[in-house]
Amino acid sequence: MYDFTFERAQSVDQAAAKAAAGAQLLAGGQTLLASMKQRLTQPDTLVDLAHIAGLSGIKQEGSHFVIGAMTRHQEVANHTGILQHIPGLAHLAGGIGDKQVRAMGTLGGSLANNDPSACYPSAVLALGATIHTNTRTIAADDYFLGLYSTALEPGEMITAVSFPVPKKSAYAKFKQPASRYALVGVFVAQTDHGVRVAITGAGNGVFRHAELEKALSASFTPEAVAHIKIDDSELSADLHASAAYRASLIITQTQRAVQAALGH
Amino acid sequence: MGSNDFAKLPHIGESVLRKEDERFLTGTGQYTDDVQLQNLSYTVFVRSPHAHAHIKSINKQHALAAPGVLAVYDGADVAADKINGLPCGWLITNTDGTPMNEPPHPILAQGKVRYVGDHVAMVIAESLQEARNAAELVEVDYDVLPAVADVRDAMKPTAPLIHDQAAKNHCYKWSIGDQAAVDEAFKSAAHITKIDLTNNRLVPNAMEPRAAIGCYNRAADEYTLYVSNQNPHVERLLMTAFVMGLPEHKVRVIAPDVGGGFGSKIYLYAEDVCVTWAAKKLNRNVKWVADRNEAFLSDAHGRDHVTHAEMATDKDGKFLAFKVHTDANLGAYLSTFSTAIPTILYATLLAGQYTTPQVYVEVDAWFTNTAPVDAYRGAGRPEATYLLERIVSRVGWELGLTQDEIRRRNFVTNFPYQTPVALQYDTGDFMQLMNKSQELADVAGFAARRAQSEKKGLLRGIGYSSYIEACGLAPSNLAGALGARAGLFECGEVRVHPTGSVTVFTGSHSHGQGHETTFAQVVAARLGIPVENVDIVHGDTGRVPFGMGTYGSRSISVGGAAIMRAIDKIEAKAKKIAAHLMEASDSDIDFNNGEFSVRGTDKKIPFAQIALTAYVPHNYPLDKLEPGLNETAFYDPTNFTFPAGTYICEVEINPQTGETRVDRFTAVDDFGTIINPMIVEGQVHGGIAQGIGQALMENCVYDRETGQLLTGSFMDYTMPRADDLPNFKLGYVCTPCTTNPLGTKGCGEAGAIGSPPAVINAVLDALAPLGVKDIDMPASPHRVWEAIQSARV
Repeated sequence: MYDFTFERAQSVDQAAAKAAAGAQLLAGGQTLLASMKQRLTQPDTLVDLAHIAGLSGIKQEGSHFVIGAMTRHQEVANHTGILQHIPGLAHLAGGIGDKQVRAMGTLGGSLANNDPSACYPSAVLALGATIHTNTRTIAADDYFLGLYSTALEPGEMITAVSFPVPKKSAYAKFKQPASRYALVGVFVAQTDHGVRVAITGAGNGVFRHAELEKALSASFTPEAVAHIKIDDSELSADLHASAAYRASLIITQTQRAVQAALGH
Repeated sequence: MGSNDFAKLPHIGESVLRKEDERFLTGTGQYTDDVQLQNLSYTVFVRSPHAHAHIKSINKQHALAAPGVLAVYDGADVAADKINGLPCGWLITNTDGTPMNEPPHPILAQGKVRYVGDHVAMVIAESLQEARNAAELVEVDYDVLPAVADVRDAMKPTAPLIHDQAAKNHCYKWSIGDQAAVDEAFKSAAHITKIDLTNNRLVPNAMEPRAAIGCYNRAADEYTLYVSNQNPHVERLLMTAFVMGLPEHKVRVIAPDVGGGFGSKIYLYAEDVCVTWAAKKLNRNVKWVADRNEAFLSDAHGRDHVTHAEMATDKDGKFLAFKVHTDANLGAYLSTFSTAIPTILYATLLAGQYTTPQVYVEVDAWFTNTAPVDAYRGAGRPEATYLLERIVSRVGWELGLTQDEIRRRNFVTNFPYQTPVALQYDTGDFMQLMNKSQELADVAGFAARRAQSEKKGLLRGIGYSSYIEACGLAPSNLAGALGARAGLFECGEVRVHPTGSVTVFTGSHSHGQGHETTFAQVVAARLGIPVENVDIVHGDTGRVPFGMGTYGSRSISVGGAAIMRAIDKIEAKAKKIAAHLMEASDSDIDFNNGEFSVRGTDKKIPFAQIALTAYVPHNYPLDKLEPGLNETAFYDPTNFTFPAGTYICEVEINPQTGETRVDRFTAVDDFGTIINPMIVEGQVHGGIAQGIGQALMENCVYDRETGQLLTGSFMDYTMPRADDLPNFKLGYVCTPCTTNPLGTKGCGEAGAIGSPPAVINAVLDALAPLGVKDIDMPASPHRVWEAIQSARV
């Protein structure tokens, strides 16, 4: 780790101003601190968001759950409202990293980082969530721009995410054996407007899959996707999985997610 | 004392809780990085980012000017001070009688780097942070060369030459066995089974990374090296005699608490020498602690064999002859015992538990642009077991025999048994190991469990492995004849204090094995005193007379035997004191349960009173006997010990995804006498976890073109975790070792040796209905899935 200045922001405006001036925001730090320790990132100033009032917590607002950007994974995983209404999201949060990571890692941090193997982006995209920042709201479909890239402008900061309650939802993660990040993670959400399927880990960033969505909108069953052939030309290939294997896992994990959503 | 009498003593076979755990569990262990010294400085090594390159120049100026920097040393400084390279401890002789190629292994690169992580320079500063910052300022100008990482590429005529002193990147060609007899036997064989396999390269990953502190005392002209190491006396011997040219009595090596080694901390590493050398140059204590990245890059790795083998059998599956060719990857330089691993510790085990009359093994060892490869838990014996147990199951499948039947038809049943590859097994009961393992594994219920799995759409398979290993390294004369450049005895000193408590100084080294408890049990049992009255001291050349350290599951059988010998001397002397006190003849004195008695009388004296008398010799035969009760013994074993076992594994595989779950794992071992069953169980558990890790998860991968380490962190190198493993079922058969006084055989490596082929055989058994005949370790979900896809084509 290189030397850096540590500051603690008292308000969203203060944090955003510092970020605009080039400071690095510190949410849960579960990716950032590890890469700083390895000297892979070198921020001059780190601005801790942990003490800003109102950035953390979960509220139900009508047919939505609004989750503060600084809400830890563990809190989402254990929240009775989320468990009851968006069980896929609670399950996903409860499967990120290990206990220590879940005690520190945050929803906002994960989304701002947009690791192509992170779990949260799939839930946000599949559920059609809305990302609230200090300046505007961004629809999930407009937010994720591929590998570590998002629609956030410099100095823009996520404050909360609002999730519409789906009819059914589930997440099925196939773990990369070493890191236990998603080798392929599939989030399915059955909504009033059809089924949305978001896939993480398999490509350059989270993406939806139209053919799977169409098939599941017609019949929300594992069998409905059994014969779909996933085009693997855009999928990632690395030490742990070929593109063809990832394509195969997308089907299996979609089926597993649907099965879980159906309560089987 | 014979081993049968020994096994009946109190505390032997008792699960005494580990004495060392209190300090480990309460955070009061003292690891090298915990050692606090005055005048301390910190060093960071500048390592090569390239697998193979000439060093055109090194510019130290900016680093030297950085805050807090005390010195920057590179290969030129090493050469100027005439510090030698690291020695290889085992000379292998080629089949043509010439010695192996032994290129230099400099402690800081001399003009060329040969693997990613090779040591180029050391930066020493007042703080670790300053050393790290300055290390980034050392400018090394490289001329990058083509690299070779895979052993199959190293031997190609077009391969880049790594060392001028090793033509064709070849280290040696070595063989054992009667080639002509094997060829003859193959001619008359009814059946020949062939196999090609690789034994995957592993990164040791001890929980505590390597660490070293070099210290120099100018007043006494003495060095002290604190180092996370498994054999401090060997470290001292190699460093003083071979590398630095220092007198041994001026160097003290202390290996304090060590958090795991698995073999990787046997060796003398460049960093250990560098900190010792720099300590005198700077008159400062110099500390180095590896971070995890450095551990991945620069700890000696394990395994990495490519093998072709053929087994000839008669029509009934009786083995007639076995021939093997192995290419072994030694990495860029020869690590301390690297050369012995794919030869002496590998090929000699290829008779296994079987009566195969002829075995011929040929090994070619090669240099590559990768980290050095050396012993890792099992060291050669896992490679042998994996090969043999894979081909044995395959022979069975090809001949339509079950995995247990093919083994039963070939088991050695008469002991002692001379194998065709040098070893003589003193004792064993392989049939009983098989029977007991099958019973414990509930093999009878396998068919029903397989049917259950099928209902869930899963494939279930069962795999066997009947391993034997050679432990208790080693008879020194035999090892010497085979090329060892060191003895392999052990030393123990038993110091009885005036009040009857005992401190034992052992040359064995505990880095997780629990010697402080097991050895204390041995002493307490022999002397009839409480276990808590015995302390075990190890890991310090300044306190322990001598030692060869801990590896090859040798500690109890060799180190323990040395302690037994020292106790024999204590007992003999104490009997003389007792005879004097009770006015009897020495030969009429019995010693049982801590009391000396005169045979045929009711006279008795407790051990503590004898101890006191020895140190307060008022009524004492001073004319015939020295006072004091302190004895040292060296023990050189007369043979290896031969732990053996049969392991049975059941896996369940999801054919859609390749996910493979070890559902059941049974291990029945013969370790001879067991002193502390709880500790033995822990050792077996850890070994099996590592074996399952190798079979299903762990894989060290270098990029075949560039030689970059692709699995350089836990993000890509899969370590087995608790939730990857089932509860293990363990059982024991006991045929005591006949060549040491305890009857022990050693248990530290068995789990890692026996388990990989059991797992892979189970995977292949499960996949057989799909037409899969072969798979390499690790059988990751991806690999299993690919094997299924290829079989479908």
